Amino acid sequence: MASLGQPMVWLAGGMLALCSVMIIALILLVVVRGMATFWPGAITSYHTVNGQVITGEVTRSSTYEPRPELIDTLPQDAQERARQLLAANDGLAERVLVRTGNYELDNSHFTWVSNYTIERMEKPEWFVVMERLTWGRFYGVPTAFYVDGELVADTPADVWREFERHHGDIRKRWQQRRILESKDIGKINHQQERARLELRGAEIAAQQARIDYGVRSEQFNQAQRTLEQQQQRFAQGEAEFERRYADIREEIVALNQENDRYQIRLMTVNGQEKSMGMAEVVRAYPANQLSLLGRMGVYLDRWQEFLLGDPREANSEGGVFPAIFGTVVMTLIMVVFVVPFGVLAALYLREYAKAGPLVSVIRIAVNNLAGVPSIVYGVFGLGFFCYLVGGSIDQLFFSEKLPNPTFGTGGILWASLTLALLTLPVVIVATEEALAAVPGSMREGSYASGASKWQTIQRIVLPRAMPGIMTGMILAMARGAGEVAPLMLVGAVKLAPELPIDSIAPFVHLERSFMHLGFHIYDLGFQSQNSEAAIPMVFTTTLLLILIITLLNVGAIWLRNRLRRKFVVSAV
Amino acid sequence: MVTTDTTRVTNGSNGTAADPGYAERKNRGRLQEIAAGKWFPPVVDHQLEREEPVLTVNNFCLWYGNAQALFDVSMKVPKSKVTALIGPSGCGKSTLLRSVNRLNDLVDSVRISGEMNLYEDSIYAKGVDVIELRKRMGMVAQKPNPFPMSIYENVIYPLRIDGVRDRRILDEVCETSLRGAALWDEAKDRLHQSALGLSGGQQQRLCVARAIASEPEMLLMDEPCSALDPIATGKIEDLIDQLRGEYTILIVTHNMQQAARVSDYTAFMYLGQLVEYGATASLFKKPQLKETEDYISGRFG
Ligand SMILES: Nc1ncnc2c1ncn2[C@@H]1O[C@H](COP(=O)(O)OP(=O)(O)OP(=O)(O)O)[C@@H](O)[C@H]1O
Ligand SMILES: [Mg+2]
Repeated sequence: MASLGQPMVWLAGGMLALCSVMIIALILLVVVRGMATFWPGAITSYHTVNGQVITGEVTRSSTYEPRPELIDTLPQDAQERARQLLAANDGLAERVLVRTGNYELDNSHFTWVSNYTIERMEKPEWFVVMERLTWGRFYGVPTAFYVDGELVADTPADVWREFERHHGDIRKRWQQRRILESKDIGKINHQQERARLELRGAEIAAQQARIDYGVRSEQFNQAQRTLEQQQQRFAQGEAEFERRYADIREEIVALNQENDRYQIRLMTVNGQEKSMGMAEVVRAYPANQLSLLGRMGVYLDRWQEFLLGDPREANSEGGVFPAIFGTVVMTLIMVVFVVPFGVLAALYLREYAKAGPLVSVIRIAVNNLAGVPSIVYGVFGLGFFCYLVGGSIDQLFFSEKLPNPTFGTGGILWASLTLALLTLPVVIVATEEALAAVPGSMREGSYASGASKWQTIQRIVLPRAMPGIMTGMILAMARGAGEVAPLMLVGAVKLAPELPIDSIAPFVHLERSFMHLGFHIYDLGFQSQNSEAAIPMVFTTTLLLILIITLLNVGAIWLRNRLRRKFVVSAV
Repeated sequence: MVTTDTTRVTNGSNGTAADPGYAERKNRGRLQEIAAGKWFPPVVDHQLEREEPVLTVNNFCLWYGNAQALFDVSMKVPKSKVTALIGPSGCGKSTLLRSVNRLNDLVDSVRISGEMNLYEDSIYAKGVDVIELRKRMGMVAQKPNPFPMSIYENVIYPLRIDGVRDRRILDEVCETSLRGAALWDEAKDRLHQSALGLSGGQQQRLCVARAIASEPEMLLMDEPCSALDPIATGKIEDLIDQLRGEYTILIVTHNMQQAARVSDYTAFMYLGQLVEYGATASLFKKPQLKETEDYISGRFG
């Protein structure tokens, strides 16, 4: 026995160790790379043997085997040295990927530099990294600063001082403009749309009255009068909207004009000059002059933008706040649906249904539901919730908007319901186990006190089973929050213009499509144009998703432990 | 008085000298016959005839599936007295007790025949409101089974499910019940803390408080002290002593001294049959059956 037992212990232990190592390695990879993304690196200039100068941030390095033809393109004397270098390294060369930015000038964001082509390296003192709203980063030496077209500074240090003095105010004005554009104009658009829909509703009613009662009928006249009133009101409203719209436009133009007074001029490493408006610049820093504290500042600032800001540059830069919001809201809505449903179903199965073949079949079916591929749920959600249920809702309540769908397309409500369906078996199974674990003596005590079945369930069984039910909820949340495939069919989108909860009545817009961190990761990793820049963001976003799911779970576990202390701990 | 043949029955087919266990079996006589499947009418003390019965059991049989657990049990439980059920493990004491408040309904496989009456009201008649019936009795289980809620809520649970809302009544019932269960002094400062934080003995007294909260006509106790230490046991026994006269108590116990100390009447059961039933004093001092004497004095089981 012992001779057989020992190896089994080792095998089992080894497997466990292997699993732990893999999980820890995965998490470590995500954490390390995710944390490193926002650290501002130094700027390096590489002078190559071809006479080129490549300047930017080194993002990663790799080893490769250069083809001999590549060496032949080098100048004569460099060829010899390169061959020696390669020979010393078994024909392998080191290369680094340099983020050179300035996409609008030289059509690439990144350049590879091989070690055998490098003549010398330096850290230029006055290169500034500019993160912009469009076109990615810009690397250059500040050469001039203009206010109202007049030159006010022309040495890098002076220009930089001027830049820092004005940049904060300019960004504030820019944000003000953004709010005007999105919030205020958005509100007008909404009101305008509502007025239009009311008019359309009156039109439909008039049409219907003509069909139902005929042109001479009282009903038709009534509807016609209402329609005319509506038209009048609409025309008035339109004028009012125009006026408010013009006011806001004026404000925006004023803000833009103020911002346009300031211009900064930079020179790239190739001697090209570029002027830019400063509202475009999100963040800028002279990379090689930053102290550790300064770097820390940039790092934290980037994290802040990431967590609280909107995405830009096709999601590969900026923040993921809408995705965080969408993920959390969707998960919570899902929980709101799945827990009552699952608990009631489990209650019936465990407490009311008479044990028999039918109940066994149902139980097996429920367990099997957990194994159905998630994309199947996505297809079902699209067909059933979006098209059938949503389509019917549109017919009944939003007919004036047709053919534009309101609920008849993907949205956060349908996504939550689809995931609720997906996680239902988890909740049912966990709840059933929790109910089964309630001691029979407690039930008997309740019955002996004269309680009915429902009173016993409601007052004794459910409270006692609550921690177990919470465990089911936690598992469901963990499963649901990380699910992506079905969401692509039922409402997760690359970029949602509006959050599902906002300040415009009725405040909660469950029909809206939404952004989701899981889908965001997929989008960054596979759909991004600037894929090199997106890779680190994939890790950072993954880290964030893991953190959010962990946070949701920790919250639920905390709640469960409180309940458990209350209900289960016993001195006996 | 039911008169029975008290001479030991010897069975010819079993009573051969070649049978190694013969002498011993011969010694036990009636119990052996019961084990072999024979039924005897119980020996009942005539003193019981003078008592007013609360519960009357008539020819009550009970089956778990195909296994019969109670055989034609007939007995009367006298009012305002403590009646103890004794007998070896598995003889059906709990089953009988649980039949009184129809807790056996919860077991799917249970079938019964015969009848039970609480005063005039039949317990097993068709159309009986089981919930109303259970409200007329309180029960204390073998293991303390407090509910996962505060001490206060535990005690007034029977009132809560009756929909009593009046705070004054609830407070009052809580206090009198806890006092009645000798738990008031220990619990009065933590009424709103979880009952699960009480010690085992306190929990059992809490269950007693819960059982008497709705002032039932009868109290059923199934080995209430089996999970308790001597001190807690003593408290529960004192409690039973105090409740005597006020409540009709039917108590199951394995502890002969306890039965002798707390009960007025004692019923000895064996393998689902009631064997002897009489006033505790006389039953313990001078039982009518030798079998009972053997069991009480520990020469058996
Ligand atoms: N739920 C049940 N299903 C089937 N058989 C049962 C069930 N409960 C009890 N029994 C059987 O009925 C018989 C009487 O059991 P019961 O619990 O009444 O004994 P008891 O006298 O209370 O014993 P103890 O002193 O050990 O508590 C036993 O043979 C037992 O195995
Ligand atoms: Mg028992």
